[in-house]
Amino acid sequence: MTEHKHPNYMAIFWILLAVTVLEVGYSFLPVPRSVLIIGLVALAGFKALLVALYFMHLKFERKSLGIIVASTLILGAILVSVGIGEHVLPKP
Amino acid sequence: MTQHATAHDHALEPPSATGIPHDKMGMWVFLCSEVMFFTGLIGAYIVLRFASPTWPAPGETLNIWLTAVNTFILICSSVTMVKALQSVREGDQRKLKLFLSMTLLFGAIFLGIQFYEYTHLLHAGFNPHVSLFGSVFYTTTGFHGFHVFCGVVCMAFVTGKALLGKYTTESHQGVETIGLYWHFVDLVWIILFTIIYLF
Repeated sequence: MTEHKHPNYMAIFWILLAVTVLEVGYSFLPVPRSVLIIGLVALAGFKALLVALYFMHLKFERKSLGIIVASTLILGAILVSVGIGEHVLPKP
Repeated sequence: MTQHATAHDHALEPPSATGIPHDKMGMWVFLCSEVMFFTGLIGAYIVLRFASPTWPAPGETLNIWLTAVNTFILICSSVTMVKALQSVREGDQRKLKLFLSMTLLFGAIFLGIQFYEYTHLLHAGFNPHVSLFGSVFYTTTGFHGFHVFCGVVCMAFVTGKALLGKYTTESHQGVETIGLYWHFVDLVWIILFTIIYLF
């Protein structure tokens, strides 16, 4: 038997909603493209992290499960990085 | 951020070497494979976008506000899903049935709005073969929509079982397992909404 405390799900809901509104508003701001992309990715990453940690209860799970999920994310990051590198890095 | 403590009793489930119930571990492994699936799609989108000399502004073609509402609906469904799980753990059958039914309804509304969006876009001449953006848009959002559809079908099954009183405080792994899948679908949409609609 394992025990953990239920997070305040409604608080997380309001945070997710506020960040979504912020995201949409931010996307209309006349800022440089790179700043726009970095900001939006950061906001989306924050929302995804909240969902994974609190709604999927990853924060309260065993470390072994966290390692499995983290391994997948690292592999995914490598996959995307290789693709981006094809276009960003100078060609021989 | 805490309200109260709840015990998770898995006494009725078979022992697991990992200490995690088998069906929950199975769902997590499945979700890991799904992470790679969507990473492939998102990676392809990023590579194609980098490689394209021009890319249309999504706001000129897509209805960002409608999709923002759809994102809100999916976030609502995640909250009702997690509240359903909390309810069954606390032995509140009435709230379990209510929150599962609400999750099912939100999922169906999400699909309905996506269907409306597709119909509108196709009538406006924005087809999968009209441009690279069109191909990427329909492939990524289409696969996500298919996942939501599968989730709604499974959710209907779980809701049906809940209405028949099949889940108890001691035995409710089905609710937790479908919940994990549902939250994952929400998580993927959070990322897709940002990179497809807002970039």
